[in-house]
Amino acid sequence: MDLGSTFFYKYRRFVKTLQIYLLLSGPGLIVMLADNDAGGITTYTVTGAKFGYGLIWFLLLLLPVAYVVQEMTVRLGAVTKRGHAEAIFDAFGSFWGWFSFLDLALVNWLTLITEFIGMTAALMIFHIPPFITVTIVSVIMMLMVLQGRYWTWEKIALLFAALNLIYIPAAFMVHPSVGEVLSVGLIPHFPGGFNATLFFFLMANIGTTIAPWMIFFQQSAVVDKGMKEKDIPWGQMDTLIGSAFTVIIAIFLVIVTGTVLYGSEVESAAQAASILITTNPWLGTFIAIGLFDAGFLGAICISLASSWAFGEVFGWAHSLNLKIREAPWFYACYFFALISAGAVVLIPNAPLVLITLFVQVIAVTLLPAALVFLILLLNNEGIMGKYRNSRLQNVAAIVIVMAIIVLSTLYGITTLFPGLIT
Amino acid sequence: MVTIERVLGERIGSMIRGWIDKIDGINRKYAVPRIEMSRGVKIALLFLRVYLVFLVLLLGYKFYTLLQ
Repeated sequence: MDLGSTFFYKYRRFVKTLQIYLLLSGPGLIVMLADNDAGGITTYTVTGAKFGYGLIWFLLLLLPVAYVVQEMTVRLGAVTKRGHAEAIFDAFGSFWGWFSFLDLALVNWLTLITEFIGMTAALMIFHIPPFITVTIVSVIMMLMVLQGRYWTWEKIALLFAALNLIYIPAAFMVHPSVGEVLSVGLIPHFPGGFNATLFFFLMANIGTTIAPWMIFFQQSAVVDKGMKEKDIPWGQMDTLIGSAFTVIIAIFLVIVTGTVLYGSEVESAAQAASILITTNPWLGTFIAIGLFDAGFLGAICISLASSWAFGEVFGWAHSLNLKIREAPWFYACYFFALISAGAVVLIPNAPLVLITLFVQVIAVTLLPAALVFLILLLNNEGIMGKYRNSRLQNVAAIVIVMAIIVLSTLYGITTLFPGLIT
Repeated sequence: MVTIERVLGERIGSMIRGWIDKIDGINRKYAVPRIEMSRGVKIALLFLRVYLVFLVLLLGYKFYTLLQ
């Protein structure tokens, strides 16, 4: 074969691979980009403002953490054709099933409120009243699911997910010193020494990387997409690419705030955008748009995760491939979650800060159970067959899950008793 | 005499009964865990129970301190 033929063959093979990937990609990319939700964006913004580039190395460590956990949901969904809620009921009985399901419903609804808080705060910067934001966002989210095809919903969600990349040009706009980013950011160290505040931020960053809704969402999405065992490698690749993107976006946001807000007392992404919009309107606008998009993406995934779980447990038809009349309860759950969470944000003097803190505490009650169930299910030969965890996968998963449980529990406790960190 | 209150009461009553039946059906369907209760699974579930009791106690203590 001559050089031209070899090149053409390789090119065709690459195009074919890309086409298959684009067909099968989705759940992993969406869940990982939605992982950088309003709460996540706030955490990264404050991390950059407080520690500069000093914790970039730690964010890189979150890539394998996110991948190892979420990859297991791909295999479990593709093999069992069941969502996580149904899988827990089936494998562990009704006590653990109800516990996980009710806890998920509560924590998802509270998290949904925080996404609306993020979206309304972001658009307030452009003087758009919360009522308008909540109404328009709810209508868009309803229209997204009403077209009756999972594929279409997924591609629209991917478009919104792509907007998350806005932090990359934002980082170039602030002209960071590449040398400093590399030398300070990539060498593991604890900026300012290992103290209670730093430990709190490490816990917060871990806490935003893996949330209970992500496990339930990705497994249900894999099932709704109709992925089979033979698609598992593509699902794994999708999850790996998604994990890389989520970490890259987080790093670029830390570079932005680490460059322009380092040393400032910043408490939220909305506050950072408000500060920056006065000095650098484009940068402030980018951060506000990114925050809005993060909240939006988080909201569509979280409300869907709840609706899928309700459908699985109660035996209702639950697929985005069905029309409203074919799956009325599934869509009713989705709409109810959206409208009620949006309405809470509009209540005058609603305890929104308390709700935000409460989310972290309630999430801690569900996350360990969801992760432990995941590992137990992935080790069951009767359920997983040849797709069960290998020894290496188990070592990685158990170490990561133990670390997440310990750190997220400490995070929840310090949220509950802030006096512990002084 | 048929009143709105009575019709509504019957409707709500039948709806609640329907829900209770549904939940009862789910409990019966998943009464027996499918997973084999090996030693590892038992230890993991025991750990989760202890963990949850610990968290409930912690939340209870927080509530108590708030009331004080």
